[in-house]
Amino acid sequence: METENKSIRRDALEKLFSQWLAGGKRILAPKKIGDKIDFAAVTSLAEVSRDHVQTVQSPKTSVFPRVEELFSFKSSDGRVQIRERNGASLGETVVFGLRPCDAAAYASLAAIFTWDNPDSLFSARLAKTTVIGVSCARADEYCFCTAVGGGPGATAGSDILLTDLGSGEYLAEIVSEKGRQTVQATPGQFLPAAGKEKENRLAKVDPAFALDKIAPALAVLFDDAAFWEEQSRRCLGCGACAYVCPTCACFDIQDEGGVSGQRLRCWDSCGFSLFTLHTSGHNPRALQSQRWRQRLMHKFAYMPERQQVLGCVGCGRCSRACPVDMNILEHLRAIAEAKP
Amino acid sequence: MSEADILKPCLLKIEAVIDETPDVKTLRLVFMDEQEGKNFTFRTGQFGEYSVFGEGECTFCIASPPTRTGYIECTFRKAGRVTSALADLEPGETIGFRGPYGNIFPIHEWEKKNLLFIAGGIALPPMRSVIWNVLDLRERFKDITIVYGARTVADLVYKRELAEWAERPDVRLITTVDPGGETPDWKGEIGFVPAVLDKAAPAVASRETVAVVCGPPVMIKFTFPVLAKLGFAPESIFTTLENRMKCGVGKCGRCNVGRYFVCKDGPVFTFAQLKEMPQEY
Amino acid sequence: METLRDKARELLAARTVQVIIGYGQGSGGGARAVFVREAADADALIFNEACRQNLAVYLMKPEVRKLGKAALVATPSALRTILQLAAENQVGDHDLLALAVHAAGEVTLLATLQAIEAHVTELDADLSAAEKAELRKYEALSLEQRREYWQEQFSRCLKCYACRAACPLCYCSRCTVECNQPQWIPVPAHDLGNLEWNVMRAMHLAGRCVNCGDCSRACPVAIPLYLLNQKLISDVFANFNARSGMAAKTDNAMSIFKPDDSEDFIR
Repeated sequence: METENKSIRRDALEKLFSQWLAGGKRILAPKKIGDKIDFAAVTSLAEVSRDHVQTVQSPKTSVFPRVEELFSFKSSDGRVQIRERNGASLGETVVFGLRPCDAAAYASLAAIFTWDNPDSLFSARLAKTTVIGVSCARADEYCFCTAVGGGPGATAGSDILLTDLGSGEYLAEIVSEKGRQTVQATPGQFLPAAGKEKENRLAKVDPAFALDKIAPALAVLFDDAAFWEEQSRRCLGCGACAYVCPTCACFDIQDEGGVSGQRLRCWDSCGFSLFTLHTSGHNPRALQSQRWRQRLMHKFAYMPERQQVLGCVGCGRCSRACPVDMNILEHLRAIAEAKP
Repeated sequence: MSEADILKPCLLKIEAVIDETPDVKTLRLVFMDEQEGKNFTFRTGQFGEYSVFGEGECTFCIASPPTRTGYIECTFRKAGRVTSALADLEPGETIGFRGPYGNIFPIHEWEKKNLLFIAGGIALPPMRSVIWNVLDLRERFKDITIVYGARTVADLVYKRELAEWAERPDVRLITTVDPGGETPDWKGEIGFVPAVLDKAAPAVASRETVAVVCGPPVMIKFTFPVLAKLGFAPESIFTTLENRMKCGVGKCGRCNVGRYFVCKDGPVFTFAQLKEMPQEY
Repeated sequence: METLRDKARELLAARTVQVIIGYGQGSGGGARAVFVREAADADALIFNEACRQNLAVYLMKPEVRKLGKAALVATPSALRTILQLAAENQVGDHDLLALAVHAAGEVTLLATLQAIEAHVTELDADLSAAEKAELRKYEALSLEQRREYWQEQFSRCLKCYACRAACPLCYCSRCTVECNQPQWIPVPAHDLGNLEWNVMRAMHLAGRCVNCGDCSRACPVAIPLYLLNQKLISDVFANFNARSGMAAKTDNAMSIFKPDDSEDFIR
């Protein structure tokens, strides 16, 4: 579908909010929580933060919640009954105010969850999520979207991409069919764009490294244990990077309850030593350096090769959240420039 | 949901529990839903995720051959949370099952060849399916040799099967236990599997032979040089890998060996493939 | 800073230690842990207000331990951590020495646990006035209000275990949460799992925590974990007159029983 340009005023956006809420939709948007800005349910446009570069967490909870019931089970008289989650009973969500990098991340998540055997819970959530992005007027030293095929004004993954033009007016690029339906469902709110442009409203983000150098460099560096040890020596093996990341989708499956209970899916991280630990005690990735290497290989080599999509959108959240300042961008630059 | 979710198990009933060794059991399982049972097919080498509801899931290969229908079997050692729970179950109880997952032993490519099966300890179960599969189609293959060893006589699994295979004139079975693992009436070999294989060598070496090797990493490490010495090409040596698994369908991210998922690109790999893969298993 | 670098160069050149665990320039004008192994690289070491991470966490990391004897650039919290680790038999004189850093830029070489102890005795190890004030406000809440407060705070917990990873005293090679026979603490980040995790961790640190604050700084969603730990520090001191991280040999208030204990519930 060809992207259509429209414009919308802030007061019209407020009306959209009211309509969505009246229709039973949940709105997830960046909101001030204490000293941090993070995605949370909001009930008015006024609650949505506007002056941040990026939120702490990504909006991936809209399609991949922290904890999710797969099904419940009940045993009685030696018989077991399983009750599946009903995808039809899931509510609708509007993710509002996410950045172009976060919007692009949905493609990475979908690549994992829908390849080969499609995951119907994920697909049901994705179908019920409308993505309304806001382009970036500012970036910081942790951002590197342009190095990984994105940009401060990129539309990929958004149903509608808004750009703040000042004076309470936004450019609204209607990118997808879902975006078009959103416009049609709210007649009179979206107006013609009349030659409005976003280019001079966007942050300048020069590509931080040459992406085409990364995968070949990783292949050569794979067996260089000393390289990975140096890079990862200060890493403490927590899951902060994986959990704030918009594309990380590794998960655990846990049963709770006994005679009756639930099987749950929850977030997991390849950074934990327990992730690959065999019951026998053998661990194929016993060293933190091997786990750090896995993170980079998965995102920059395995996913592009197997699913034709990068596992990183350059949002920089992992670097901002890391307690020991691992700074993935620095490491990627070092890899791109490594002389084997 | 419009289609059954990939993570939802179907229900199997335990028809029989066989104690193989003090800590290894085989479960014979039938589908609770008859139609599901009739529709279920699999090929040798594939695995499933077996559930004890409330405890979790565990990955085992399907240990019975696809040539025998109406039931499937799995064999496991009591080692952790789920296997301990499974070991407590009795005939008549219900477990969950997801599968079949993974790739297959390409036995159709092995027709008219000699087959050499080498296994150690608890690693015989992944091979039991393929051994019975080829024995059930015996006329398609030439010489079949099985070399199987365990630490002690008590640790040998599938003792009934071993007896059956020993009786058959169309199979050569060599069993061995580690030095010190024999009982006074033990009639088999004494020695580690790679050494016994070396001794039995001249009778099994041939360009027209395919080898299948399953065992602990240390056994594989010492078996491969023997096979190389016997002239086996890496493309004709097969093994099945195991890694920590949860989803079994390539999504949870944990079973990968480099760019390959054991659950999707495996568990069956050739040594030629293993040589290109990092040691992440 | 030059004194720090000079001392580092000396120690490495003389091979007194094989690695200096210190601070270097980090992103955004901050600081990060660096591991200096050659005297020529000592210029990477800095010390300023951004240097707050408790570097003692690396003393328990196998990948760092294998480098050999370490000199730790140590803030007061890190010094107390070293003593607590020693009291728990995790480190000894042969593992490390400390380069105690002061805000004014002085560096004191403390070559033995005994020297560290003597140095730490001079420090004020109590909660600060501001911390005590915040704690008093918290203690004024009723139990019901506290429960609501923590329910709200823990609703944001991701179970990323950054708090555990950052804490030098959470060094168990197999954490309670990694045991699944039985699954003491639920894995998923739901209300019960989050409550049990955070409370259990606080309890396992009772009488041990040195109030370095790294857990709270590490938490990506800014849960005020320090409140739990400071409350327990205050309670342990009030009940047992014990403070962690002051001596290389000490009885841990929460894991020692003596027959003449004043409590009789255990008899």
